[in-house]
Amino acid sequence: MHSFSYRANALLTFSLTILALMCAMASLTDNFNSPSPTATVQILNVNRFQKRSNGDDEVAITLNISADLQSLFTWNTKQVFVFLAAEYTTPKNTLNQVSLWDRIIPTKEEAKFSVKPKNKYKFIDQGSNLRGRDFNMTLHWHVMPKTGKMFADKLVLPGFRLPESYSYR
Amino acid sequence: MDWQGQKVAEQLMQIMLVVFAIAAFVTGYIAGSFELMMYVYAGGVVLTILTTIPNWPFFNRHPLKWLDPSEVEKHPKPQVTTSVSKKKPAKK
Repeated sequence: MHSFSYRANALLTFSLTILALMCAMASLTDNFNSPSPTATVQILNVNRFQKRSNGDDEVAITLNISADLQSLFTWNTKQVFVFLAAEYTTPKNTLNQVSLWDRIIPTKEEAKFSVKPKNKYKFIDQGSNLRGRDFNMTLHWHVMPKTGKMFADKLVLPGFRLPESYSYR
Repeated sequence: MDWQGQKVAEQLMQIMLVVFAIAAFVTGYIAGSFELMMYVYAGGVVLTILTTIPNWPFFNRHPLKWLDPSEVEKHPKPQVTTSVSKKKPAKK
């Protein structure tokens, strides 16, 4: 503490150590938040259902997604990444996950939304197993905090079924 | 800065930073704003810098009391031993 630079150095080191501690504590407070998000998904229309030239099934659908993810946001949340996946079982694969739609939610105000998108990413099966297939729509989300570790969870919405036959335009 | 001043400066720096950190965390958490926490803490750090880094007169209130110069004459420095003094002229 005898010189200007020695005091400046000591202060910088100590203040940054405390800053790191504050960030760690802010991250810990996220554990007190028990979110209760809600979501509903509907298939408004099956626009196209066909077999591709390589034999794989492809579906094009219009969705109606409404969700309230506001309870995921805390003071330490930077953004939330949310995506909707179709999940089903086939003889070849015990779990197929096909991402259909996603979105980045930057603020709490935008976490309550209702959208009617077409599937953003193609719904293609590894094979020809989609006719009459029962499947779940699963809403996955990843909470990205300002400091600390990421959280991920999901909401499974069961009871969807694809048509029994292909449609041709 | 004298000895007492250095001790006070170090303690003041540590206490101020810890207090501002706690205040910043509490206000940030209550207001639900991470940015507010950062601003309060940044303000606290600036204030701590201004308080403890410059050599304020406040830190110089306990100057060391040196002995009177007349004491030197009463207790002369011990003379350097001959073995050292011999080497120097040998170099030249």
